[in-house]
Amino acid sequence: MNTLNTFLFVVFPYVAGIVFVVGVTYRYRRTAFTVSSLSSQFLEGDKLFWGSVPFHIGLLAVFFGHLLAFLLPQATLAWNSVPVRLIILEVSAFVFGLSLLFGLLSLLWRRLTNPRVRVVTSRMDIAIELLLLAQVVLGCWVALGFRWGSSWFAADLTPYLWSLLALSPETDAVFALPLVIRLHIAGAFLILFMVPFTRLAHFVVAPLHYLFRPYQVVIWNWDRKAVRNPKEPWSKARPKNN
Amino acid sequence: MDVRSQISMVFHLDKCIGCHTCSVACKNIWTDRKGAEYMWWNNVETKPGTGYPGKWEDQEIYKGGWKKDGDKIYLKGAGRPKSLTNIFHNPHLPKIDDYYEPFTYKYLDLIESPAGDDQPTARPISMITGEPMDIKMGPNWDDDLSGSPDYARNDPNLTKLSPAEQEAMFQLERMAFFYLPRICNHCLNPACVAACPSQAIYKRGEDGVVLINQNVCRAWRMCVTACPYKKTYYNWNTGKSEKCILCYPRIESGHAPACMHSCVGRIRYLGVLLYDADQIESVASSDEESLVDQQMNMILDPFDPEVIAAAKANGVADSTIDAAQYSPTYKFVKTWGLALPLHPEFRTLPMLFYVPPLLPVMASVRDVSNEAQQEKLNPIAKQWPDNWLYDTSTEEIFGTIDQARFPLEYMANLFSAGDTSKVKERIMKLMAVRIYRRHKTVGDISEEKSNEALSTAGLTPELADAIYYLTSLPKFDDRFVIPAAHREQAIEMMEFTGDVKGNTGFGFKDKSAERGS
Repeated sequence: MNTLNTFLFVVFPYVAGIVFVVGVTYRYRRTAFTVSSLSSQFLEGDKLFWGSVPFHIGLLAVFFGHLLAFLLPQATLAWNSVPVRLIILEVSAFVFGLSLLFGLLSLLWRRLTNPRVRVVTSRMDIAIELLLLAQVVLGCWVALGFRWGSSWFAADLTPYLWSLLALSPETDAVFALPLVIRLHIAGAFLILFMVPFTRLAHFVVAPLHYLFRPYQVVIWNWDRKAVRNPKEPWSKARPKNN
Repeated sequence: MDVRSQISMVFHLDKCIGCHTCSVACKNIWTDRKGAEYMWWNNVETKPGTGYPGKWEDQEIYKGGWKKDGDKIYLKGAGRPKSLTNIFHNPHLPKIDDYYEPFTYKYLDLIESPAGDDQPTARPISMITGEPMDIKMGPNWDDDLSGSPDYARNDPNLTKLSPAEQEAMFQLERMAFFYLPRICNHCLNPACVAACPSQAIYKRGEDGVVLINQNVCRAWRMCVTACPYKKTYYNWNTGKSEKCILCYPRIESGHAPACMHSCVGRIRYLGVLLYDADQIESVASSDEESLVDQQMNMILDPFDPEVIAAAKANGVADSTIDAAQYSPTYKFVKTWGLALPLHPEFRTLPMLFYVPPLLPVMASVRDVSNEAQQEKLNPIAKQWPDNWLYDTSTEEIFGTIDQARFPLEYMANLFSAGDTSKVKERIMKLMAVRIYRRHKTVGDISEEKSNEALSTAGLTPELADAIYYLTSLPKFDDRFVIPAAHREQAIEMMEFTGDVKGNTGFGFKDKSAERGS
């Protein structure tokens, strides 16, 4: 048991982290064509609304909730010191979790029942969807059965995660956690591990730079002021569109 | 003044016979692939008709193009706030059924069916699911169906016409239609580029071709919504958007694009226009009445020494300036003022121009008495109790334009944001050339009448001869004036020549295999 725990919470996090960084970088740089959200809205759009929107919104909220407790544990504990605020935080987080669960289930249902969407479904799509589903079910279970998650996450798990980052894992708190929570944590590392091999890679290329660029894009293959000047090399920068 | 060059197109609609050769040439080269079966980067529509995808011109449905709000313009269905908030589900995305579900037939059943009492049939099967399907729509589904209740009468351009005018258009005896071939307009203010969150779509600076980088596209699908002409398509198999590339590999090697090269009616012209890029924003956000004029104004005179100097300072090659001076599109659009952009009110500043069709507009049906005519017929001849005359005569020089079978408003809704005077002006010129040529070749029109027609339309016999030549007799090199791509420089788009010198040679994407690998 201890060996398994050590593997899951000491070795595997590093493996997952390295695979994630190396895999995503490699995929983005060498096989950029495969990086796509692979939207199937063009084939089926109505059911997608009831799956994709609650799924993504729930996922974003839950992800940033975890991130908040990871980055600002003291602030989270301070917020939770007033019971009403704790209840507000936990209930809203749980609602987002349910939204995520509902979205995931309707996406899975759509993927399995719509013949057109079936055509653009790979086995890996189903696998990652089931993995996410297991993770969300475990997450909701943890939230319901081991209260209050936001507090003990900030108190126990945040130090563990930081110790992982500091390359000196402190695992006592994790090893002592109930099985359900440990499964949820291991599932998180497994999802991280899987990102480069699945369509999940599209979250790495979320188009936030759209907010900061001018609308129109013109690409010149050479410097047009310098191209007619015999004294200047006219292509100083590497070609951009290849 | 920021002078840039743009490859532009002119389609002469009077010459289009609706044969779809252009569409097939394009399909065979570019879109004969899984996921692209439904795409027609080039398609030919019957007008009046709903087109492809259905009712694409109705931006209340598809939310394409720009809309003016105050002094500024905004993307109607995309843009920074909408593209990002609708990214998980784009409410305005057309679906495959708005185009059509691609299909083939189980031809092998014809051969492999066991012997039986009935003829074997080849059932249609979907090219998406592979399952048998009922075909509800296909490419050119409304071909030649003018007057049909489902298609022609649902043409979005009719909505501004009165019910009486619409009825008049679709009386059986007066029915008319024409063809509208469409490709990507390679706009100066492209909505697809502006809507792409990934910055995958760009306009090539050197020739203005709008392209989608397949390595950067992430299937956020906003370009499909944003293009008001619905000329970006989503490949459901690869998860990437695709569009007409104006056959840039052909253009770079001096060939005409496949659709243009194969055009049977020789309706297509391609050439360079020089324009002032500084004006793009102000022109695109000008008032609707002045949109067309403003767009014409931003196209610069390639013979003007100032323009030439500014173009050279901007790195436009001498060969490109030369091509601009011989450009057939410059003649049609600017010198002669014969061509108009399609739906300028979408404010994308399209660079594909159309010479409006003369025939369905000009020929009219007049009420006349045919009794005298019928008395002359042999009694056994089948007699039709018709009291109308299909009239293409030019008694009153331009009399028939206003009583045309197509109301001018219809053409104006297509080509000039509803301004009938602009369409009328162009049709008068086309008609004047026709009268002039009739005088020259048949001689039953007097010289005075011919000259009167020319001067009313603002033409001279020399101009009319030039228009006649480029319309009816042009050689290949007159129709397509393609500037040199300067491949010695263009190769640098792909790689540094120095890097691969002594290696594989130029133009290979991958390095040669190395020893031991």
